[in-house]
Amino acid sequence: MAWTGLSIGLDALSYGMVLFIISIGLSIMMGLMRVVNLAHGAFAMIGGYLASFALKNAGVGYPLAIVLTVLGTIAIAFPLEFLLYRRIYRKSDELTQILLTIGIAFVIIGVANYVLGPTTKPIPLPPLLSGPVDLGFRMIPAHRIFVVICGVCTAGLLWLLIDRTEFGIRLRAAVDNGDMAESLGIKTQILFSATFALAVGLAAFGGVVGAELLPVEPFYALRYMVTFLVVVSVGGAGSIPGAVAASILLGLADTTGKYLAPEYGEFFFYLAVILVVFLFPNGLLGRRH
Amino acid sequence: MTDRTMVDGMSAPRLTLPLELRAVAITLALGALGYALFPDDLAFLTRLISIALLVLSLDLVTGYCGVASLGHAAIYGVSAYVVGNACLAGHSDPLLLLLVGAVAGAVMGLVSGALVTRFKGLPQLVLSIAVGQLVAALANKLSTLTGGSDGLSGISPGRIFGIYAFDMYGRTGYVFSVAVLLIVFVVLLRIVRSPFGLLCQAIKDDGLRARMIGARVYPRLVLMYGVSGVVGGIGGALNAINTGVVGLDSVGFERSAEALVMLVLGGAGSLWGALIGSIVFQVFEHYVSAANPFHWMTMVGALLIAVVLFAPKGLVSLGGLLAGRTASVLRRRP
Repeated sequence: MAWTGLSIGLDALSYGMVLFIISIGLSIMMGLMRVVNLAHGAFAMIGGYLASFALKNAGVGYPLAIVLTVLGTIAIAFPLEFLLYRRIYRKSDELTQILLTIGIAFVIIGVANYVLGPTTKPIPLPPLLSGPVDLGFRMIPAHRIFVVICGVCTAGLLWLLIDRTEFGIRLRAAVDNGDMAESLGIKTQILFSATFALAVGLAAFGGVVGAELLPVEPFYALRYMVTFLVVVSVGGAGSIPGAVAASILLGLADTTGKYLAPEYGEFFFYLAVILVVFLFPNGLLGRRH
Repeated sequence: MTDRTMVDGMSAPRLTLPLELRAVAITLALGALGYALFPDDLAFLTRLISIALLVLSLDLVTGYCGVASLGHAAIYGVSAYVVGNACLAGHSDPLLLLLVGAVAGAVMGLVSGALVTRFKGLPQLVLSIAVGQLVAALANKLSTLTGGSDGLSGISPGRIFGIYAFDMYGRTGYVFSVAVLLIVFVVLLRIVRSPFGLLCQAIKDDGLRARMIGARVYPRLVLMYGVSGVVGGIGGALNAINTGVVGLDSVGFERSAEALVMLVLGGAGSLWGALIGSIVFQVFEHYVSAANPFHWMTMVGALLIAVVLFAPKGLVSLGGLLAGRTASVLRRRP
């Protein structure tokens, strides 16, 4: 029983960390630009595809592949920001945002499937991460530990970025009062573009390191989109500690449900979601807008 | 008449036919046109009508109350399953089944409305998704009631009025469906122009102001969700009656998302928009997705982006631009 508990705990933690890495970009975008971006999962998927290509076809090493993937995904997504996302920052209603971004997700899915085919793309791990690690009393997959470390580092670096840098100060000013920030000389448009790039980069990063848990295939974009959106809502848009808490809580609900009652599917996950939304309508650690 | 003047505003018609009669004429013409164009594929048309009812039902909450829902298929699917089970239990009169579907839909609508309309914005959207996914997971689990992933099959409804049997070409089913759509549509035209419907639109436009003039916002929204549930339930019932099978796809997320796409394509906030959107979308889907489902996805995506950028009020507003005054009479607002 204790072993089962440990397995569930580790799986839940690593799954939660993947959810966190991908969702935090969405959460920051929602907190700053008030955009419900349903294409966020599609950017994570693009990251996965690029990584698969870099590792299998171009033969670059794993760390370099991650860097190239993040930059490549930002490069692919940036025209979309310029042409489409700019129109829906902050002002438009939710329905418009949902439709525009679901449209973008559909196009990306369609194109991905046409160009790359419907099969799951493998992302081979380096030898260091693919084997098990001996903890003395128990073997656990090295990749799980790697994912957890990635998640902790992401959270820490983001906290530094937002809490300790000039960029972070401007960003928080724009979140609190966009018009006032603008009249104080903060170029919010540039800030929005930078935040968009950051969000997309995080999605791509999460898409690559989480590929073992969320396999990369064309319907990735829709299949996990709802999950990411739920994490943001439960955590509270724009809150890093909130997103960490929500990711771990929901990772735990989902993993425990699937271990102990697999035939119920995602029932417990969504039950937990409904309960949390009722108790904390602005998210666990979110603020009222 | 006063209602009418309020709704149509400056362009109040100098009047030829009452709106309801025009709706009857247009729906009948569309029904006949469908029969003429797809005489060998009436099953497709009956399916189209059943989905159109779901889109109309979504329009009531999204277009008229401003509640963005991505879980509306829960209403449609639950009612289809209830109807299927009622029929398998021996209650095979189609009209009775329709009533059962409407009641199941109403209950489902009131319950999800009571949950979803308590909030606004992101929590509301996420709750609507969660309700939909919860129902989908349950439908998969309770396979004794739903048949699980195999679907619930063997639903064979009896004769309508004890006279007209459902034939294998789907003619009876088609006429039955057109008639049901016609009645629902005319009743809805009345409801959205009733004081209750107008109040819902006022809540959508400015919830705070509606509260200030004394409207009890929450009960109204839940009630409209109930009405929407009746319509969606009838759609689900038609699906079960006509196809004889209810699958997991009728409660799935894709069904909900597609319904929203159809609604916005046609124009949310207008019953004609819901109807036009569901017809245009499904006829295109019928041809394109048969060729290649993934090109279909790219096209729908591009179409959605184009609608948001160039026709944010949907096809029905484009029609208004082209047809000028004629269409402005049909639309909810000038």
